[in-house]
Amino acid sequence: MQFSRFVVMRLFKAAAILAAVVALNFLLIRLIPGDPASVLAGESGMADETFLAMIREMYGLDKPLLVQLKTYLLNAAGFNLGFSYPLQRDVIDIIIERLPATLALTGSAFLISLVVGVGLGVWAGSRSNGPVDRLINVVVLAFYATPGFWVGLMLILIFSVWLRWLPASGTGFETGDDPGALVYLKHLCLPVVTLALYYVAVYFRLCRTSVISVLHQDFVRTARSKGLSWRAIMRRHVLPNAILPVFTMAALQAGSLVSGSIAIETIFAWPGVGRLGYEALMQRDYNLLLGVFLTTAAMVVLLNVIADILYAVVDPRIEVAR
Amino acid sequence: MTYVLSRLWKQKPMRRPVDPQLAIGLALLGLLVLVAVCAPLIAPYGPWTISGAPYLPPLSDHHLLGTDTLGRDVLSGIIYGARISLLVGIAAALAGICIGTVIGGLAGYFGGIVDDLLMRFTEFLQTMPGFVLALVLLAVMGPSIWSIVLAIALVSWPSIARLMRAEFLSLRSREFILAATVLGESHLKIVWTHMLPNAVGPIISIASLKVAAAILTESTISFLGLGDAGQISWGLMIGTSRALLRTAWWTSVFPGVALFLTVLALTLIADGIGRSLDGRRQSML
Repeated sequence: MQFSRFVVMRLFKAAAILAAVVALNFLLIRLIPGDPASVLAGESGMADETFLAMIREMYGLDKPLLVQLKTYLLNAAGFNLGFSYPLQRDVIDIIIERLPATLALTGSAFLISLVVGVGLGVWAGSRSNGPVDRLINVVVLAFYATPGFWVGLMLILIFSVWLRWLPASGTGFETGDDPGALVYLKHLCLPVVTLALYYVAVYFRLCRTSVISVLHQDFVRTARSKGLSWRAIMRRHVLPNAILPVFTMAALQAGSLVSGSIAIETIFAWPGVGRLGYEALMQRDYNLLLGVFLTTAAMVVLLNVIADILYAVVDPRIEVAR
Repeated sequence: MTYVLSRLWKQKPMRRPVDPQLAIGLALLGLLVLVAVCAPLIAPYGPWTISGAPYLPPLSDHHLLGTDTLGRDVLSGIIYGARISLLVGIAAALAGICIGTVIGGLAGYFGGIVDDLLMRFTEFLQTMPGFVLALVLLAVMGPSIWSIVLAIALVSWPSIARLMRAEFLSLRSREFILAATVLGESHLKIVWTHMLPNAVGPIISIASLKVAAAILTESTISFLGLGDAGQISWGLMIGTSRALLRTAWWTSVFPGVALFLTVLALTLIADGIGRSLDGRRQSML
């Protein structure tokens, strides 16, 4: 199969998965007890039956579920995610407004954890069972076992309450004026570190295992017997082979990064999509909740597509004909 | 468990008794289970009992870890909280493993269209952010311990299913399974008596990790205030005392330490089992 056709097929599959994700969540959300019409009516302070019926008709809530789903899917294909009644704004606008904060948070956490995790993983893996390896292993195990929300609270306690080095909440931009990039970065510090610690552990363990298993392969022995330096073996033979599974896993984990940011955005009052989803769930703001779902799923699917394509480029054995 | 232990001991009888990590993990977990089971005997007060002045710092008289806003004993809350964490963790992991084993087993055993359908569905679930899905499931079912268990189980089975599928797929072509098929044994008997016992090995080290992950998820749900507010749990304790971080740090620090130790114990066990079962395979994370 041609490469371009592979890419098109992959994108087509991604779109199908997204549609299925939306459909499943749409149906699930409608199962949540509580009539959205009465939530809406409750806001305006009137709740008699004729008024409820009027609201249902106005927002299409009286139509069969599948018809509602079809309308939603068709609208979503044109980037119309509906209207958030509690917030009185278009869902897509709210999400676009919140997306940069989440991307800044998850993106930097992702990059930092990948760099640190892979770096430590290669370091420890190439000296497996030595003292360095053991030490890093213990530290990383602690990262792995600590719940993110608690790490967040402890970092606030240490760095903002006791030491007063870093701000504990928000972005510094809440008042409307622009305090500068440095302030933003300072606010970003604690949430990013909180989110990244767990993923440092995940990528470290993955990379270490991968490096160790590659080091046991015959071609490494051949390279050594032919007199290549340790550095050259690591760089030319071990790393390219060891890094691939880490990248696949990294793409798969991207979704959980967004999930993980929910609690962390809530703790640090970070105005991102994760906290938005939590607020939407609490408010029974169904359109907004669905929009958040769609956005996170789209991010995951997109990352998977990119990983697949990169994979096909990097490793020609992974046949495009899969 | 006995299967794994017998394998551990058979492999290297005297030279390497038990992996130290595994030993530490098992000891810690044993202690936690003991605390959870004997909670009413150990705890100085009930988890909801107002037993002293509010905001007593740690190391006060009669309150080793201090008291919270209402004067409830933090240590007693932690001791009773162990019950919910372990219960939810173990129940959710078991349920998830059962679902995953059935689905992965079916896919691997029958192959073909069954395999295709089940695995596409599994992959599809894996592209969804699991925690968000669990929150929505919880909103559908209402907040109670068992709906938390179910919600966690329903989002955690896909990785088990993929693992079991691979195991069943490789077992299916082995001679003893072919022999059983030729002898005319039923599918159920083949799966139950020949395949499952051979496929269960890798599950055991994963199981411990799944319990750890379920405990973390439960605590996050309770921390966000979406869990069962009538049951004391570590996540709930941290969540309710979050606003007091500046004035009464001990109310959120100690439940977190308990959570950390529990997850650490389970991770050590998973790691230890993984390494002992297969010297070269390093870790299943």
